[in-house]
Amino acid sequence: MSALQTLRVSLAALTANALRTALTTLGIVIGVGAVIALISIGNGAQVTVQRQIQSLGTNLIFITPGATNTGGVRGGIGSAQTLTIQDAQAIGDPTQVQGISAVVPEILTGAQLVGTGRNAFTRLVGTTAEYAQAYDASLAEGSFFTDQEVQSRSTVAVLGATVAQEVFGSADPVGQQMLIFVPAARTSLHVRVLGVLRSKGGTGIANVDDQVLMPISSLSQYLSRQRAANGEQLVNLVAVQAQRASLVPQVQQGITSLLDARHQVATPDFTVVSQQDVSAAYESVTRNLTIVLGFIAGISLLVGGIGIMNIMLVSVVERTREIGIRKAVGARTRDILSQFLTESLVVSLAGGIVGVAVGIFASRLIDGKSLNGQPLHTVVSGGSVLLAVGVSVAIGLFFGMYPATRAARLDPIQALRYE
Amino acid sequence: MIRLSHVSRIYHLGGTEVRALDDVSLDVENGEYLAITGPSGSGKSTLMNLLGCLDRPDQGTYELDGQDVSTLSPDELATVRGRKLGFVFQSFNLLPRVPAVEQVELPLLYQRVPDSRARALEALRAVGLGDRVDHRPNELSGGQQQRVAIARAIVSEPSFILADEPTGNLASGQKDEVMHLLEEMNRARGITLVVVTHEPEIAGRAHRVVALRDGCVVQDARAEAAR
Ligand SMILES: Nc1ncnc2c1ncn2[C@@H]1O[C@H](COP(=O)(O)OP(=O)(O)O)[C@@H](O)[C@H]1O
Ligand SMILES: [Mg+2]
Repeated sequence: MSALQTLRVSLAALTANALRTALTTLGIVIGVGAVIALISIGNGAQVTVQRQIQSLGTNLIFITPGATNTGGVRGGIGSAQTLTIQDAQAIGDPTQVQGISAVVPEILTGAQLVGTGRNAFTRLVGTTAEYAQAYDASLAEGSFFTDQEVQSRSTVAVLGATVAQEVFGSADPVGQQMLIFVPAARTSLHVRVLGVLRSKGGTGIANVDDQVLMPISSLSQYLSRQRAANGEQLVNLVAVQAQRASLVPQVQQGITSLLDARHQVATPDFTVVSQQDVSAAYESVTRNLTIVLGFIAGISLLVGGIGIMNIMLVSVVERTREIGIRKAVGARTRDILSQFLTESLVVSLAGGIVGVAVGIFASRLIDGKSLNGQPLHTVVSGGSVLLAVGVSVAIGLFFGMYPATRAARLDPIQALRYE
Repeated sequence: MIRLSHVSRIYHLGGTEVRALDDVSLDVENGEYLAITGPSGSGKSTLMNLLGCLDRPDQGTYELDGQDVSTLSPDELATVRGRKLGFVFQSFNLLPRVPAVEQVELPLLYQRVPDSRARALEALRAVGLGDRVDHRPNELSGGQQQRVAIARAIVSEPSFILADEPTGNLASGQKDEVMHLLEEMNRARGITLVVVTHEPEIAGRAHRVVALRDGCVVQDARAEAAR
């Protein structure tokens, strides 16, 4: 029997039991829809996190104090945890490490800001003028502090978009005075607001809107007590920008050797990671999330497949006599096999296609809704659509094979005699 | 032609052996009209199943048109059934909810024969159902359903029609009509006709009567009219 004829016979059999077929198909629709929708949430998270990491800047390398190996023994006796401004300066020396376009040391501390009657608690960042370049930070209004202002220890500050809103409300912050109180140092300082950064819209790990920046020199002078044993100013982070993406590994290596030489400790007391490293780390986390979500949804697809098998088995029994008749008039094993397989394939493929539509619709519905205050972002990938349709076809084949084989193997005499 | 040589078919029922056919030898020439009779349980249906290539003998050989079919695989038997044999059953065995023309077309579809629809319509006209081609079994009388089955049996121009109690489920008026149609296929088209029946009137119409009892041929008589 030709494939077209087989398809016609299968469709006739399926429409003869329309409700039953619809319910069986629904099982696949729900399974595929769940796979598409849940994977779109995982993909969305992946895209969001990657976008946030990318939004930090380009070709960045981050140096933080402390060893990567948190389980290991830290340094030797007398080797204080040290990452200092002097380290940053050494890294910036082009005779030491080549291929660097910017070195941005950062002192990070919590600070209370008091503006025009309002106040906010935020992150205070002491840094250099190159911060703006390295982090692609542009200003919504006013200006960033200059090298000049860093050298002269000016008491000025640049506000993140969220902080500006919190401390000054609708008033224009530029030129206003503001009090910065650092609880850790138990001191405070009056500064003049120079500018407000344009919002990057980041959340979580890369929220650069909720911070205040000031010259590292002023912070060190007035608001920080973080000193190494030799009196050098400690920094919490040094961000280094490589000139090109291809130079990142080489720069990373150069920095590591330089700091190894400078620090002279048995185990490194610092960690050097590139933006790509961070990206890769989060990528693997979010990919795992996607896989877990897909797997959970896959279970409902499996249940849908079992539904197909169940109904096909019932159908084979009900149509035993029909199978006998077909065999008597010349149907071969593969004719019967392909007829029943086609039926389960039609159900699973139809379910898969409708399920894709339902899944895309569901993920559109979810997109932008907030979950525990975090906006959910969904991305339906072509891959997940292909996967879901492919898996549903595979399920149709897999769960249809056993009933179809049973039908094809029926003995024609027994089948004809079946009441 | 059909040639059964020393054929036995043995069923095993919980340790006991049932010889449904016991050393049966039977030759049927092309174009013959043969009735197989015998009491219930004598092995008529078992014999028909073997002749119809739905079953294989446990002992002996079965040659159909010179080909030994007793060793063919199930799929090879299916092909033989589709090409050479037409079945008519007591209970019609039509597909539920399927229009007459598609019932008749079915053997041709499995053989992938071209013009299957036209040939099916022609077969329906030959059994006098040219005006019922789109009727489904539940829209036809018993006699009409059996005529659809006959159309299905002849559509692939087989050498043999095997009819197992073809009139068993029919009202007496329709019995004659169906037998007449089958005989016409034998007479006009030269198709070998084998009819299983326990009704003496039906058996009496055949040119040759083979009687079975307990799986053995106990009588093989040719009517004088056939000579
Ligand atoms: N599938 C089977 N399993 C066991 N015994 C069977 C089977 N089919 C037929 N028989 C036995 O074989 C014998 C002949 O049966 P059958 O050919 O149906 O007789 P008839 O058609 O003449 O009434 C009977 O004794 C019957 O019980
Ligand atoms: Mg019988």
